[in-house]
Amino acid sequence: MADTTTLSAPRRSNAILATLRQNKLSWVGLALLAAIVFMAVFAPLLAPHDPLQQNIIHRLEPPSAEFLLGTDSFGRDVLSRLIYGARISLMVGFVAVAIAMFVGSTIGILAGYIGGLFDQIVMGIVDVMLAFPTLLLGLMIAAMLGANLENLIIAIAFTEMAPFARVARAPTIGLKERDFVEAGRALGFGPLRIMGVHILPNMASDVVVMGSLWMASAIRMEASLSFIGLGVQPPTPTWGGMIREGFENILTAWWLAIFPSLAILVTVLALNILGDALRDAIDPKLRSENAA
Amino acid sequence: MIRHVIKRLLLAVPTLLAMLTVIFVLVRLVPGDPAIAMLGDQATEASLQAMRSQLGLNEPIHVQYVDFLARALSGDFGRSMTSGRTVLEEVLQVLPYTLELTAAALFIGALLGLPLGTWAALRRNAWPDYASRIISLTGLSLPGFVSAILLLLVFAVHLRWLPVMSAAASDPVDHLRNLALPALNLGIIMAAYITRVTRSSMLNVLGEDYIRTARAKGVSQTRLVLRHALRNALVPVVTVVGLYFGTLIGNSVLTEIVFTRPGLGKLILGALTSRDYTLLQGLMVVFAAFIITVNTLTDLAYGLIDPRVTYD
Amino acid sequence: MTDPVLDVRGLQSEFRIAGRWYPAVRDFTLAVEANETVALVGESGSGKSATALSILRLLPAVGARIAKGSVMFAGQDLARLSEAEMIRLRGEAIAMIFQEPMTSLNPTMTVGAQIAEVIEIHRGSTRRSAMAEALRLLEEVRIPAARQRLNDYPHQFSGGMRQRVMIAMALACRPKLLLADEPTTALDVTIQGQVLALLNELKQSYGMSILFITHNLGVVAQMADRVAVMYAGEIVEFASVNKIFEQPSHPYTEVLLKAMPRVDRDSAGLEPITGQVPGITALPVGCAFAPRCPLRQPDCDRHPALAPLAAEADHVVRCVVRAGQEAAV
Repeated sequence: MADTTTLSAPRRSNAILATLRQNKLSWVGLALLAAIVFMAVFAPLLAPHDPLQQNIIHRLEPPSAEFLLGTDSFGRDVLSRLIYGARISLMVGFVAVAIAMFVGSTIGILAGYIGGLFDQIVMGIVDVMLAFPTLLLGLMIAAMLGANLENLIIAIAFTEMAPFARVARAPTIGLKERDFVEAGRALGFGPLRIMGVHILPNMASDVVVMGSLWMASAIRMEASLSFIGLGVQPPTPTWGGMIREGFENILTAWWLAIFPSLAILVTVLALNILGDALRDAIDPKLRSENAA
Repeated sequence: MIRHVIKRLLLAVPTLLAMLTVIFVLVRLVPGDPAIAMLGDQATEASLQAMRSQLGLNEPIHVQYVDFLARALSGDFGRSMTSGRTVLEEVLQVLPYTLELTAAALFIGALLGLPLGTWAALRRNAWPDYASRIISLTGLSLPGFVSAILLLLVFAVHLRWLPVMSAAASDPVDHLRNLALPALNLGIIMAAYITRVTRSSMLNVLGEDYIRTARAKGVSQTRLVLRHALRNALVPVVTVVGLYFGTLIGNSVLTEIVFTRPGLGKLILGALTSRDYTLLQGLMVVFAAFIITVNTLTDLAYGLIDPRVTYD
Repeated sequence: MTDPVLDVRGLQSEFRIAGRWYPAVRDFTLAVEANETVALVGESGSGKSATALSILRLLPAVGARIAKGSVMFAGQDLARLSEAEMIRLRGEAIAMIFQEPMTSLNPTMTVGAQIAEVIEIHRGSTRRSAMAEALRLLEEVRIPAARQRLNDYPHQFSGGMRQRVMIAMALACRPKLLLADEPTTALDVTIQGQVLALLNELKQSYGMSILFITHNLGVVAQMADRVAVMYAGEIVEFASVNKIFEQPSHPYTEVLLKAMPRVDRDSAGLEPITGQVPGITALPVGCAFAPRCPLRQPDCDRHPALAPLAAEADHVVRCVVRAGQEAAV
């Protein structure tokens, strides 16, 4: 633990880059992720058809030259919907984690910095939230708020705040007593400036690495909630929603469920591989174990 | 031992209170009027008012809180708005299905995960290690409903070995056939977690001095793993199983939906679609109690595995 | 004279570091006679433990190897036995005890079960008779109230008592040879004395030989018949215990003796050893001790052989300077 806090921020990021260079698997993760992001960004250029264009003549067609991954029950092109679906998954995952990261680490830093009873109460609540199954929590919140994009993001962000609070709190307590923070205080810097300038950069890499791991989980949850029908509403294409449709036609049209399933699997796997490699990079104990 | 159990149970009380408080706050944080949400926009003011008083929403917030706590602790979680039966009745009716499913999943997870993790640790940085790491990472990445649908496509639709729907069956063989796919689905996810933690825990244990001592005694490789290493590697595994129990329950909800299987998952989904807030709040309390029970059991399991855990 | 129990010749054990193999034990030749205690002495990093682990083939399976030499025991070369044959031999004909009694016992097995296991494996005994034998062994190593303690776990024992359990475990199959790797280093001085006395007594009653590894010369004086001093993976001096203490000939042995506290000398005369053992990746070309040696000469750039001192075939030294002085006398 002492090790992690004494490493300065730039040396930390160098260590992360070095580990990524060594770990070949992490390159696979990075490449897959880059491909998916590319797909989402350039969806209008890549998609062969309009994802919303219904075509009753071509209902539930299996994969063919015209429709590479087949069509759904409205005759819409599955491939095009898959490509556009990446947008919702990535966007929800990214924004939800960004909010969770910001709010969660703010709570954690405040709890660690202020300490005392405030810290105990806040962390008590955080622990309870950590104990609760995230999927159930997200399900309840999304259901109560009503199914739409904003509420989906809020629900996912809410369930993922707790781990960021935990991760941000621990180093704050250590850093608070360190010389440069004491010096800042002696120079008359306010607590906001101390937290922002001295404490935040020192834990930034940890929090960001956590972010990549939790983005995998956020994308998984978005898909799960969309599958249940609590996500972005039709006709907007989402992977979870597409699987729901495939599930309803599972006996007749296998292609509907399988391709969005694989898309989710590949995206989450890529993020997990990357997150794993990054976590190895910031945990010095794991790093030395890997070197041996 | 008994004193330890009692002490541990007492320790769970504040956690339970904290969980109940969080649930209470969460339900009340939701914007909008629950009465309107339940009855719809077209409801008359009189019926809305009746609903509010039935839900206790006209009382001051602290009265509602105390009332909620007192009822929850005495096992009264309210009455379902749709069926009219108590939440407890609703839960007890489907709980056996969920318990059966999670127990079978844990069993499958341990059966696959422990050997795979051990094998990976023994063949560290060779192909079994890489294979098990990729398999377990894939398992971790699969959302519960995605793996469920893939299993359904392969075993029920393509091969036609097992039924697509797994509702209750009186015949024990049919019952097992119905359980097989949902349990396999959850079991694979659990196996992924167990493989990962078994591998790293096993690696730690294999480097211990007492493993060298056992080798110096002439203990064979098989006996070394089974008698000396596995039990010592089990504590972190149990911790992880306990920690991921919540995830397991979350995934069981999705699994039950995909396989149209009765259980807590279906009950939740029903409560969500009918906007039955009382049932929902009651279900959250039941889940909280469930998780606290598992955590307590996990703690008690340490004592059974490791004699160094003292009971004072 | 009968054949030695253990006859090691030209043993070289290597570790792989960053893709290259480096020797941790070099040109190690030593015989242990029946019912004899030979001490291996040296600072940490001198290759003592690696030697013992090589004999029992307990070096890690990956990243370590026996590169050269033979380890003759009961007519077999241990360096060439299969792993299955070694498993039959370990704990049966050759037993080993380790330095850390706190971590060397399995925390989740009772001490009785751990001792009985050796007997079950090698003698094929039933659990019941193995446990009865385990009880007898616990009594033999003088664990008080042995019958009640048979089913206790290691954490319920003190360090000295755990080391007694380790000894009981090692003796369970009446081994011909005991490898003792710093067995008393982690213990208090009084406990250390008791354990050493016990070992000496058991050595007589069981008629076994001991290869005793230590860095403590006081322990050597109490235990050993002959002493091999190790430095940087090789033996630098080998003689009877009396010769080592009365006429130390290798400059390193002299330094070691000067650093040792003695009752008959003022502690002000203690000289600390300066510098440290070279790492196995940075061995000097010539004499390994030369960089720290007070007698250093230009000749020391050549690697010295282990040679007998004049007229004393049983006192060998690896030092160009001392061999030269002897010759000049």
